[in-house]
Amino acid sequence: MKEELFVSGRAIPNIDPYLNIWHWQIPLYLFLGGLAAGIMFFAALFTIMGKENEMSTAVKKAPIIAPIALVLGLLALLLDLKHKLYFWQLYTTIRYQSPMSWGAWVLMAITPLSMIWVASYMKELIPGWKWKNSLLDSFEAFIIKYRLWMAWIIIVLSVILGIYTGILLSAFNARPLWNTSILGPLFLVSGMSTGAATILLMSKSHEERRTMSWIDLLLIVVELFFITHLIMGMKAGSQVQIDAAALFLGGEFTAVFWVFVIVLGLVFPAVLEVLERIGYHIPVIIPVILILLGGLMFRFIMVEAGQITRYLY
Amino acid sequence: MRYAMAIDTLKCVGCSDCVVACQLENNVPIGFCRDWVTETVDGSYPNVEIELRSERCNHCDNSPCVRCCPTGASHIEDGGIVLVTQDKCIGCGACIQSCPYDARYSHPEGYVDKCTFCIHRVRKGEKPACVAVCPTKCMYFGDLDDPNSEITNILKNRKFKALAPEAGTNPHIFYLI
Repeated sequence: MKEELFVSGRAIPNIDPYLNIWHWQIPLYLFLGGLAAGIMFFAALFTIMGKENEMSTAVKKAPIIAPIALVLGLLALLLDLKHKLYFWQLYTTIRYQSPMSWGAWVLMAITPLSMIWVASYMKELIPGWKWKNSLLDSFEAFIIKYRLWMAWIIIVLSVILGIYTGILLSAFNARPLWNTSILGPLFLVSGMSTGAATILLMSKSHEERRTMSWIDLLLIVVELFFITHLIMGMKAGSQVQIDAAALFLGGEFTAVFWVFVIVLGLVFPAVLEVLERIGYHIPVIIPVILILLGGLMFRFIMVEAGQITRYLY
Repeated sequence: MRYAMAIDTLKCVGCSDCVVACQLENNVPIGFCRDWVTETVDGSYPNVEIELRSERCNHCDNSPCVRCCPTGASHIEDGGIVLVTQDKCIGCGACIQSCPYDARYSHPEGYVDKCTFCIHRVRKGEKPACVAVCPTKCMYFGDLDDPNSEITNILKNRKFKALAPEAGTNPHIFYLI
């Protein structure tokens, strides 16, 4: 028998008995960041491919969600900080070894860019829209002229935004559940899937819906593959990682993970989308809501479970 | 100059004087601690072995907390002492997530705090409070780069271990076993 305990009366709030310093604000931001990354990725991708008109919701309408998601996400992050008045220190330096620093700067770049993207399409979204100022008119003309450049910048930034949230978690080698390099790509694919689902919901064009549903199906399959890879990697890792995987394979997170993330969040919506393609009519809101909630639940579970896993004690 | 600490687990009695001294020396708020004592019990009666360890921040060489800090608040000073610049800390908690030893805590004033090897005492040539106060004199503090220091000699002559070496952090607290 081996027993290890604190004898000096240590009971630090939120650290003992299990680490719990990141609460709902972080998984909410991870979800909103991934969603915005996914939406902006498709907006930029279809612009680069020259398909602004066939995929008009993806390029023109859905990006409205991106700045809203980003601002709400940034607000959640600010709420999470414990030394809030010093938040500006993030922008006095860039630290290449800290994914949180990359994230701060990427967000600083992509939030205004997404707002400018939406602004450049205002005249198409709201007929009769007029800018109050002639400077804004010339700015709009400038943006419309260089939209392809913006699309290239946005496609790179949105991939970084989507992937860095996973890289951020995987850089914490003290949390065995997170310390795997598959987490970056997994979060990216999950974010893209939530973005594609949002576009699918907002679209009124049959052709666009078929394309987005095909893309979403592909992303779901890749995501399932990455999750399998995550668990297999944990099981083939060191003891702390095997213990981390056990949380999902019989431990306290088994039920929520398999039911809400895998079945309801990925497999069932994929089945619904396949049925839709075969010919059954499924109201699109059902798979979309399931995918969005599944993505949110996945992040809540990963943040909470990850903090429980540890090297010592 | 690389400061390190060696703690003789064969002499530690678990009195927690080191914990109290640290609390007083560094104004650690009630409910939080920069160092603590753990007891590991192996076996069952009558074949029981107990190891008592006074633990704290290990001031690692390859510190994950310094690496992941987005503002550079968490940094390494001369002598390998890992410190937090309170005015640069935004309280994001990344360093707390990255420490395999759970050595850091969120100070009620907002910044992240932890053992500083009593750098204010060390710079004056004194030992950290916990080392100075230990009644069994089981704690050694000194410069690993100094071939004549007490700590270099004791690590040469005694068997020792570090905590969670597999975490790859290269800690500077050694437990003499």
